[in-house]
Amino acid sequence: MSEYTLSNRVHIDFILTALIFSLCSFGIIILYSASGQNIDLVYSQIAKLFIALLCMILVAQIPPANLNRLSLLLYVLGVILLIFVIIFGDIGKGAQRWLDLKVLRFQPSELMKIAVPILLSSYLSDRFLPPKFLRIILSCIFIAIPVILIAKQPDLGTALLVAVAGFSVIFIAGISWRFLFCMSILFAACVPLLWHFMRDYQKQRVLTFLDPESDPLGAGYHIIQSKIAIGSGGFTGKGWLNGTQSHLEFLPERSTDFIFAVLCEEFGMLGVIFLLLIYLLIVFRGLYISYKAQDAFRQLLAAGITLTFFVYIIVNMGMVIGQLPVVGVPLPLVSFGGTSIVTLMIGFGILMSIHTHKRFLKR
Amino acid sequence: MRFFFRDQVEVILKDRDKESSIIKKRIFIVGSIIALLIGGLIFGLFSLAVVQHEHYTTLSKTNRQKILPIAPIRGLIYSNDGVVLAENKPTYSLQVIPEKIDDIDNLITRLREIVHIDDEDIKKFQYLSSKKRRFERVALKENLTEKEVALFSVNRHLFSSVDVVESFYRNYPLGKDLAHSIGYVSRIDENDLENISEAGLSSNYIATTHIGKLGIEKSYESFLHGKVGYQKVEVNAEGRVIRILEKTSPISGNNIYLSIDLLLQKTAAESLGDRKGAIVAMDPRSGNILAFVSSPTYDPNQFSSGINAALYKSLLSSKNKPLVNRVIQGKYPPGSTIKPFLGLIALDNEIRNLSDEVWCPGWFSLDGHDHRYRDWKKEGHGRTNLDKAIIESCDVFFYKLAFRLGIDEIYRGLSDFGFGQVSGIDITAEKNGLLPSRRWKKENIKDPWFPGETVILGIGQGYALATPMQLVVATAAIANKGILFEPKLVSGISNQEGIGITTTSNKIKNRIQLKNNSSWKEILKSMQSVVHDTNGTAWKSGLNAEYNFAGKTGTAQIIGIDQESEYKEEEIPDDLKDHALFIALAPVEQPEIALAIVVENGGGGSKTAAPIARKMLDSYFFRKDSNSDE
Repeated sequence: MSEYTLSNRVHIDFILTALIFSLCSFGIIILYSASGQNIDLVYSQIAKLFIALLCMILVAQIPPANLNRLSLLLYVLGVILLIFVIIFGDIGKGAQRWLDLKVLRFQPSELMKIAVPILLSSYLSDRFLPPKFLRIILSCIFIAIPVILIAKQPDLGTALLVAVAGFSVIFIAGISWRFLFCMSILFAACVPLLWHFMRDYQKQRVLTFLDPESDPLGAGYHIIQSKIAIGSGGFTGKGWLNGTQSHLEFLPERSTDFIFAVLCEEFGMLGVIFLLLIYLLIVFRGLYISYKAQDAFRQLLAAGITLTFFVYIIVNMGMVIGQLPVVGVPLPLVSFGGTSIVTLMIGFGILMSIHTHKRFLKR
Repeated sequence: MRFFFRDQVEVILKDRDKESSIIKKRIFIVGSIIALLIGGLIFGLFSLAVVQHEHYTTLSKTNRQKILPIAPIRGLIYSNDGVVLAENKPTYSLQVIPEKIDDIDNLITRLREIVHIDDEDIKKFQYLSSKKRRFERVALKENLTEKEVALFSVNRHLFSSVDVVESFYRNYPLGKDLAHSIGYVSRIDENDLENISEAGLSSNYIATTHIGKLGIEKSYESFLHGKVGYQKVEVNAEGRVIRILEKTSPISGNNIYLSIDLLLQKTAAESLGDRKGAIVAMDPRSGNILAFVSSPTYDPNQFSSGINAALYKSLLSSKNKPLVNRVIQGKYPPGSTIKPFLGLIALDNEIRNLSDEVWCPGWFSLDGHDHRYRDWKKEGHGRTNLDKAIIESCDVFFYKLAFRLGIDEIYRGLSDFGFGQVSGIDITAEKNGLLPSRRWKKENIKDPWFPGETVILGIGQGYALATPMQLVVATAAIANKGILFEPKLVSGISNQEGIGITTTSNKIKNRIQLKNNSSWKEILKSMQSVVHDTNGTAWKSGLNAEYNFAGKTGTAQIIGIDQESEYKEEEIPDDLKDHALFIALAPVEQPEIALAIVVENGGGGSKTAAPIARKMLDSYFFRKDSNSDE
């Protein structure tokens, strides 16, 4: 039977692994230039990727049924840790996000990116789909608790991603279009309320997004400089290591959130298309895994994780080209930085687990 | 899962198919949305990178805004009487961004017509170019003369890719005279960068090129450095500043005032001449250092202007070790200068009274041993009490005294005087010296303590090693009746304009409480007789002095002499000759100055070291007297 392939025995999806490897390799090449040829930083990134890959392989060994069983526990643990962070957290860059566990610094908000879709998939797949009204309302509350806690830290980017992870599960589960419409109206009505709760710098970002030229020396500086980088990169780019915007230090945050602008400037549209191609292949592979998955829990979870990954890409790129406001979302597996890499890889590990743990159900 | 199974198996399978088809439909919808969004993204990118490419290329080449940090100006260092000891001097260099130059050889050839550039400069430029980040500036030629700056400015238009950059370098006008106390600044290296980032000061040092590496420059770095400033500028395609849009000025570092008395410092250095050794003078009332000489020395300006490797190597490997700070790092056997302190410990332990007498036949032996510990005076001192033993530096008296005290009491007593531990002076790299104990010997030599070692400790020989700084602090404690100050070189700190000088506080390290407070006076009196009594070992140095001073000579042997043979100075090579030591306090009535002097391989303390003390005290008091008369 085809279920006894090597892939199923080691619980690794080779197509996804190959795509992830190409993405990471390309990412390292860009990071080397973006960091100003800081080889130490590159080594550190490679080490992080390596650790994250190990996490992915380990997670892939866990059968999806176990995740289903542990879903509530994971979620409750995550929420408790989030409350902990607000009380005892480390203050980094003006925001409280870290929990110092002495050995490693841990960001509980990252855990929620995985825990929320697992809980919702488990909860919604417990009864027949499409979900009833009450279930949807409860699901929304499950999403809202961590999102509000994370937004309070304040970490708007992560809050957004956790919300997306949750809502994509609800959407895939087959929420009715009418309901979706009503929710959108409700959300629009809530915007003024949301505005009220935003911090000054977050308001500034939204204002700047609406009119970047209004504040060319302050918050608009990021967007103007990254637009110049992308625009001047043209179709073929200025060549690796030759971007003037990045190397003359016009571009802020160039090895982290704005690394996409470095890619655009040095590799041009060709480089962007190449990167997008790898990303899309990963996303569609994820959707394929969801499509083929054996039960509703697996299907919902796989789709939720894949869509979260996609939102990373679209939010980061949209922000860098000036189509979305500046929120701190990294370019997945390319931006320098630790915790998001591990979370992303754990997500891929779950996808692999879903795809390689087959159950034989007589039909 | 159990419920799930029941649902799956027991209930109609058709529902599962229906469920699956809903999800599959949604996946298709999501796939389409993704394709749509990516399309939109590519459209946006296309409009930026292809349609508006020309526009943005122009923008990237023309005016741009940049934020440039401005390094603060380092604080100055002054002597007590306001003489500048460390200052910042402007220097000009030609800088380029190598990536922006197509033909560097051609550029150098053209530049050579107006500026002198030799092969050494080019070598340095190539070295720096290889180490820098891309698009960073590198100096092609440093230390331009004023004429060169003027010539280049006139021809500026011919060299669009070259900039004249003004910066400051640290200059020490007195050069080697104060190298060991002030230290120097030097280029920030990897180690410094790590320390800076650990201290969370990375942004404050972003524009700083030099940092204090030694001495005052290092230990007062946080006061001297200042706070970084910023300017928002408009730059052109070459990255050159066109105009300044906004500026936040840096805040200069604080000025530092040393307690060093330059005249005394000069007298000390001159009387030591080119002999190796160390001299330190301290105000016993405050711990302020008045003179700080370590010889030989080096020129700190060579370090601040970027020392070349060969020169540094030669300094490091030089036999005379000019880089060693002998005042705080030189470890010498204290010799007979230890005697006043042992005398005080013995009085306090009541194993000796002032009137107790000992017979000195010129040698001493432990019971049951043949070995003879000899006195420097072959025929002996005869009947000797503590006073006489200090005045004539009788060895036998102190052999017996040390043996009676025992190593544990000696260790405890001398520890109280600060021996075997750093004095806590406000510069780094101070050494502990060595005060031996039973435990120390067991741990380091792996042997038990022998009684004979206690005996020779009585005359400051054997394992004991002291730094001149420890000697001066202990000497000052006699004047203070037991108060040990932490010595300090810095007496005040002010802001850049020189106003608002705050004096640094005096820290007391230890207070020695004697059972009989008059013992301090008695020992000081004996030390006075060392200089002013005709029997005193330093009587020559005290002749015709117009003030009363107290002292104690010391001679530190660095080689052992056989039982039978005699120490004949002329037969011994220079670098194995005894070290000459002298400690002093003046005036005896109300001491204002404490001295410790070590002349390496100088022979006897009375002959070599004591005369230096006299010269220094003359200079210290007469200048003072003449000043007050005027």
